[in-house]
Amino acid sequence: MSLIDRTDIGVSEWAGGNASPADYFALLKPRVMSLVVFTALAGVIMAPGQLHPVLAFVSILCIAVGAGASGALNMWYDADIDRLMTRTATRPIPAGKVTPDEALAFGMALSFGSVLVLGIVAGWFAAAFLAFTIFFYVVVYTMWLKRSTPQNIVIGGAAGAFPPMIGWACVTGGVSVESCLMFALIFIWTPPHFWSLALLKSEDYARAGVPMLPNVAGPDATRAQILAYSLPTVIVGLAPGLIGMAGLVYGVVAALFGLGFLYHAWRVYRVRDGIEARKAAGRMFGFSILYLFTLFAVLVAEHLVLGMMG
Amino acid sequence: MTTLETTETGIRLTDEQKKRRSQRNWAIGLALGALVALFYAVTIVKLGPGILNRPL
Repeated sequence: MSLIDRTDIGVSEWAGGNASPADYFALLKPRVMSLVVFTALAGVIMAPGQLHPVLAFVSILCIAVGAGASGALNMWYDADIDRLMTRTATRPIPAGKVTPDEALAFGMALSFGSVLVLGIVAGWFAAAFLAFTIFFYVVVYTMWLKRSTPQNIVIGGAAGAFPPMIGWACVTGGVSVESCLMFALIFIWTPPHFWSLALLKSEDYARAGVPMLPNVAGPDATRAQILAYSLPTVIVGLAPGLIGMAGLVYGVVAALFGLGFLYHAWRVYRVRDGIEARKAAGRMFGFSILYLFTLFAVLVAEHLVLGMMG
Repeated sequence: MTTLETTETGIRLTDEQKKRRSQRNWAIGLALGALVALFYAVTIVKLGPGILNRPL
């Protein structure tokens, strides 16, 4: 049969359109989003003043969707390196379920939508803050820092630390020492948390050419940096109790978990070879998540209980 | 045979793509419905009964 005999000559197939709603949801990095929701909610609850529960719910939803949108834009830009790393090779774009164009459109639409709705619901300062956070994560971290410096997650960690400040701004329309302290805790916690993971996944990062600290400075220098960042993390963790933002219960929990944080960082620093070294890094990574979650949970719970007791 | 017998033009979706499109349509529909409810609730909360009590 010659080409001219074909009856379907004007028909072509399309590489897109293969994604289910679950694939789009995966673009939002739901696990990261859950931490964003949690810390943003902490910001809303800790802030002085009142926000109607419906407006608080919509504000948190906007912050969550904005964070998810920046996750989608991150996956759009990083698709080339994501397919080289075992941790990220199953993400929707490298897996062939979502095309890069679809992810870009999805991320941009949600970014603008979340910022606009937050502006209407909670004010334009909070909305501008959310817009800046998305910009910081996508442009400053993903496009610029991630592939150019081992300090990528030190500076880029700010993007993950802004949500409680945005939550606070939704209520007060501004910033304060307290909201900056919540930012500082996540910001300074990020390097030891992420470098513990990087120690475990250094081969992945090397394959993708991402200059994470273990690949550039070596695992031992990374271990020293984890320990060095752990001390200020614990001090900042204690600070809410010291400035009167939190009470005795928080102070005790922050001190105990701070000791645990330092212990795990010390283990990472001391145990450098074999399977035990990997276990130590894995435990540090796991404990760091528990540490941050517990501190924010106790901060909020104590605030609510003390508030109910008048 | 020399005549061009094109009976169909454009993109032909596979059955899988049609199924996924249907799923996405449902998801978008539900999301839009949720947004309508959300905007209604926000309007009532922000403006309250005053929404009907304004100078013409």
